[in-house]
Amino acid sequence: MTTVEKFLKKPIFSLIFSVLLGFLVSSIILVITGYSVPDVLQSLFEGVFSRPRHMANVIIKSTPIILTGVSIALAFKAGLFNMGAEGQFILGSVAALITGSILDLPPVLQVLAIIVSGIIAGALLGALTGFLKSKFGAHEVITGIMFNWMALHFSNFIVNLKEFHKPNSASTFPIKSSGFTGIRSNLGFLKDTSFSDILKTEVNLGIIIAVIVAIFMSIVINKTKKGYEICAIGLNEKAAESAGMNVFKNIIQVMTVSGGISGLAAALMVTGISPHSVSASTNFENNGFNGLAVALIASNSPIGCIFSGLFFGGLLYGGRSVQADVGTPSEIINIIIGVIIFFVAIAKIFPLVVSKFSKKNCEENHA
Amino acid sequence: MPSLLFILSATLMYSAPLVFAALGGVISERSGVINIGIEGMMVIGAFAATTTAHFTGNPWLGFVFGGLAGGILALLHAVACVFLKADQTISGVAMNLIGPGLSMFLCGVLFDGNSTTTPIKNKLPKILVGSDIDIASLMSLLLSVLIWFVFSSTKWGLRVRAVGENPAAADSLGISVSKIRVFSVILSGILAGFGGSAITLGIVTQFSSSCVAGQGFMALSALIFGKWKPFNTYLACLFFGFAQVLSITLNSGSESVLPPVILAILPYLLTISVLIFFVGKSVAPKANGVPYEKSML
Repeated sequence: MTTVEKFLKKPIFSLIFSVLLGFLVSSIILVITGYSVPDVLQSLFEGVFSRPRHMANVIIKSTPIILTGVSIALAFKAGLFNMGAEGQFILGSVAALITGSILDLPPVLQVLAIIVSGIIAGALLGALTGFLKSKFGAHEVITGIMFNWMALHFSNFIVNLKEFHKPNSASTFPIKSSGFTGIRSNLGFLKDTSFSDILKTEVNLGIIIAVIVAIFMSIVINKTKKGYEICAIGLNEKAAESAGMNVFKNIIQVMTVSGGISGLAAALMVTGISPHSVSASTNFENNGFNGLAVALIASNSPIGCIFSGLFFGGLLYGGRSVQADVGTPSEIINIIIGVIIFFVAIAKIFPLVVSKFSKKNCEENHA
Repeated sequence: MPSLLFILSATLMYSAPLVFAALGGVISERSGVINIGIEGMMVIGAFAATTTAHFTGNPWLGFVFGGLAGGILALLHAVACVFLKADQTISGVAMNLIGPGLSMFLCGVLFDGNSTTTPIKNKLPKILVGSDIDIASLMSLLLSVLIWFVFSSTKWGLRVRAVGENPAAADSLGISVSKIRVFSVILSGILAGFGGSAITLGIVTQFSSSCVAGQGFMALSALIFGKWKPFNTYLACLFFGFAQVLSITLNSGSESVLPPVILAILPYLLTISVLIFFVGKSVAPKANGVPYEKSML
């Protein structure tokens, strides 16, 4: 096997290839619908990289989906499809809102209390999903979807309570300002320094916590006994059980932690980004569903989720400027991501194709 | 209180899209291919149907194109799952991104950047003029009888079942596993597309990002509830339709019997309870989700 061939067979190459194909297919769609591909790409690129402020916004936009990505990746490792991350996120944001509005603690404690409440809310819903799965065999995708809708309706109900609802709006009052984690609101003295462009955005502590969680989960999965059990159950539940592992307990534990991470993502969003409130909505904001794409692109590696989350966040943020500059509907981004995931699904085929080609070459060379 | 007849016709109306999509799911999964992309196929069907109906003024043409659009998206899923040995769940997730993504994108292109289509003028007709019964309701009932018949009494139905339970045995008898599976998946996409069309041509009159709103997933739970059997699945869909109607009618009266939030989550709560307490372990077709590789022996 040549070096080139070895490189072409690596998973990372399959991924790069999938991403390129995602852009290629979307470009074809753009050409068919009469948009200029270079214009769209330029606008997308500039929308992300032209100013420090844009890059900071990408990070802000990516933070929740990195975390929901890690949440879903962890569940995947145990062979569980945490479709309910969306609902866990919603419930986490509701809990964060309630805690942040009712409690009135000093700044650091207030933030901690909000974050813990978000984690607990998400974890409880995750635990329930895990319990229904292991006790009754109720498929986590189905129950997850039902819980997503229930969480959405529950959230709308809370938003419209008169204790929280901001009159003449679709949202609640913001949480108490002691719960804010934005750097702008806490470190105003940096205003006139070279950081000023970034400070126009809402840079907050979220990304640091997201990276720490991703690294921590990566260590748990790859270096601990628990992680070994999780992966064993994911690979073959029956074999893991006959090897003496407690599948029942592990499924509930994994779903609890997974739900907790999605809840954390929500709490960080409520504390980090204005309007620091929750809005009523008839449809999902997709923080959980986008996490699914993030996890799949990262092949369920928690560290990989950091990068795929930034990539997805960049596309989402850049997609808005594409719509503003070129007039292309921003849903082109969903098509790009969808096509990438499609090729990720068939990624097993890439190494085979490479083998076939190199065999052909060998035969030709020897002929 | 609303009349019994009203509840019946409303139940039939709300369950019709579910029936189409769930029966599609039954066909695909009985042949051994998991199709969680049904949601995306319903969305693109709903979009194609309204767009066609808007530009031609003919809802029936819209219905056909809705099915076609769903079928084309399913073709992608079929090729990935059958020939390229894709991870069927991930491919399904991709369908659920591509379907709505493409629909919303084209909606923006065709309707001046709007996120909804223009409301159509002619809906699908009702049967028995004056009454409320949707023609899609009748079609979905007939379809479930037809599919039940095909599965239980025809050669083709037997083949689909064989391929889903034991592809190697079917293969050894000269049945083409790939052909049957590709055909079944495409058919499931067409039916999901019909389901989407039944929403935008029968119940609401325009396409929006939230018109399908998870019904593809409801259809998936209906087929599990119905244990992958066509007629049981039909009944499961009726039950979900009834739960929806219940939450709407109980909510619309002057004095609400229950707080609105309880009514809103009722259908989902009922679904989960049913899955847990009444279904027991439902067993999927044996080879469901497993790509079939012809052995070289």
